Amino acid sequence: MHELIDYIQSYLKSNLTPGAAGNIFWATVYILLVFVGLSIAVIAMNWLERKILAHMQVRLGPMRVGPHGLLQPIADAIKLLLKEDIIPAEADKFVFWIAPFIVVLAAFTVFVVVPFGPTHAITDMNIGILFMLGVSSLSVLGIVTAGWASNSHYPLIGALRSSAQMVSYEVAMGLAVVSVIMMTSLQTGTGTLSMIGIVQAQQTSGEWFIFKFFPLGLIGFFIFAIAMVAETNRAPFDLPEAESELTAGFHTEYSGFRWSLFFLAEYSAMIAVSSIAVTLWLGGWLRPFPNLLHGSTWDLVFSLVPGLTFLFFAAICFFNVVRMPKHPLFKIQTMGLAGFGAVLGLIGLVMFVPGVRDRVGDIFWFAAKVAGFMYLYIWYRGTFPRYRFDQLMKMGWKVLLPMGLALLILTAVVAMRADLWDQLRGVGHP
Amino acid sequence: MNPPVATPFFFYLLATTMIVGGILVITRKNAVHSALALITTLLAQAALYLMLYAPFVAGVQIILYAGGIMVLFLFVIMLISIERAAKERQFNKQWLVGIAAAAALGGLFIAIYTTTTKGKTLFPEGQVSYGESQNTQAIAALLFDRVHGTYMFAFEIASLLLLVAIIGAVVMAKKRI
Repeated sequence: MHELIDYIQSYLKSNLTPGAAGNIFWATVYILLVFVGLSIAVIAMNWLERKILAHMQVRLGPMRVGPHGLLQPIADAIKLLLKEDIIPAEADKFVFWIAPFIVVLAAFTVFVVVPFGPTHAITDMNIGILFMLGVSSLSVLGIVTAGWASNSHYPLIGALRSSAQMVSYEVAMGLAVVSVIMMTSLQTGTGTLSMIGIVQAQQTSGEWFIFKFFPLGLIGFFIFAIAMVAETNRAPFDLPEAESELTAGFHTEYSGFRWSLFFLAEYSAMIAVSSIAVTLWLGGWLRPFPNLLHGSTWDLVFSLVPGLTFLFFAAICFFNVVRMPKHPLFKIQTMGLAGFGAVLGLIGLVMFVPGVRDRVGDIFWFAAKVAGFMYLYIWYRGTFPRYRFDQLMKMGWKVLLPMGLALLILTAVVAMRADLWDQLRGVGHP
Repeated sequence: MNPPVATPFFFYLLATTMIVGGILVITRKNAVHSALALITTLLAQAALYLMLYAPFVAGVQIILYAGGIMVLFLFVIMLISIERAAKERQFNKQWLVGIAAAAALGGLFIAIYTTTTKGKTLFPEGQVSYGESQNTQAIAALLFDRVHGTYMFAFEIASLLLLVAIIGAVVMAKKRI
């Protein structure tokens, strides 16, 4: 018993990820935490997407279930679980059954290497970014098999579109990623594929890679930001599930729980690619303005931001509690909203405790940056019209791919020059 | 130092997965099922590379074979009519030749594995302590290092061959380019 406690405590003193420390207990804890956090994020995203999209279209969005529709995702989940689970008579049963699991597995496995902080990752692999790209590219297998196994026309066309689209955009995406990996080799002479290593390289180089070799880093980020929307089959590249042409694309024949698995996978894949973008270009867990606003005072100010953010959300809740209609029918809703605000406020207050403050800061900044990308996804969906399929292919192969190749060559040339310059000044590696 | 994760149990598990997957590939009538079995085999192979402390090779295996080539395979298979293909007469019934070739290959493996020269086998037992954390960098050094970069030429020739194959496919598929 004593040894067990020692085993559990020994990790807390080490400065490693649970995977690197080889501590099975903490690795399990981290996996559960990431899983729960991801599920909450998907639920929150479901509500936010409806609300934000509704407000962009001058509607109210869900208002009935819970205050301001806050309980709508839960109502939806219950509805989906209670729905009849239909397998088409002519479908290939085994493949139909396994396809959603492939997609979910691929979408969740990538979070093994996502670095929420210097030690807050399940593990750090030598091939981190390669692992993420590889495993997330497996999800297309699930989509293709889902479309084929349904034995129906719309799903098949959706699956074909989806596989063509994802395979083409993976190329441009890979080229943008390689240009970043080149940038990691500048200070030390050896680059790295590890997700934590990439963020640390940005820390030592003193600037996020989006600003590196302006405008080369920015162009790489731009290519990736477009390709990642196409990779996740989201608007304006949501041709595989274009409602007006293909009903619901590859998951037309799916219902109930299986359909909700596709939904879950789509949103967690969005979070996964956003966290790749954040890690590679936006400095991962690093706080903004490290150069301009440095020193212990500013560090303290930035460490207070997580708590203040939650207090701000709590304040919004209480503001809406006051604005609630005073009719007796709204009594429970008002109390519920006040309770929700109180919980948020409590979380915010806990985040001011010095011990907690130091540990959650990096996770907060990472999550905040990813949340920015999530908002962009909704914004795209609300504002851009859908592409035509030939336009999509033209964009991928004739615009993004040549841009990516040129970017790669230019980055190599500029990096060589920068490296030589550093050597001449005696700063760089020998 | 941590105990190695790669216990023999995992090797036998992966090897069984690969063999079962391989048998399924050649015995399934439905081409999509065969492709799925092939994907399983390739993924198990990637895991075997991980056991050999070669994460980079494993990653490339997943990206290229499981994620890239197999998607294109499925893409093509989905376009043919499975019902008609399943009814067609199979013309690959060459059991005798197949079994003879497999037996010869197996015999060769056993012969190599048991051969001893000066009391040493070709595959001595023992654990490799290889720098797993530097695998990518080690491969890059083998390819591109100024001193030790011995495989640069072979690597570039291979990529040139692939390029020729791509251009050839385009030329054959399109009358007017």
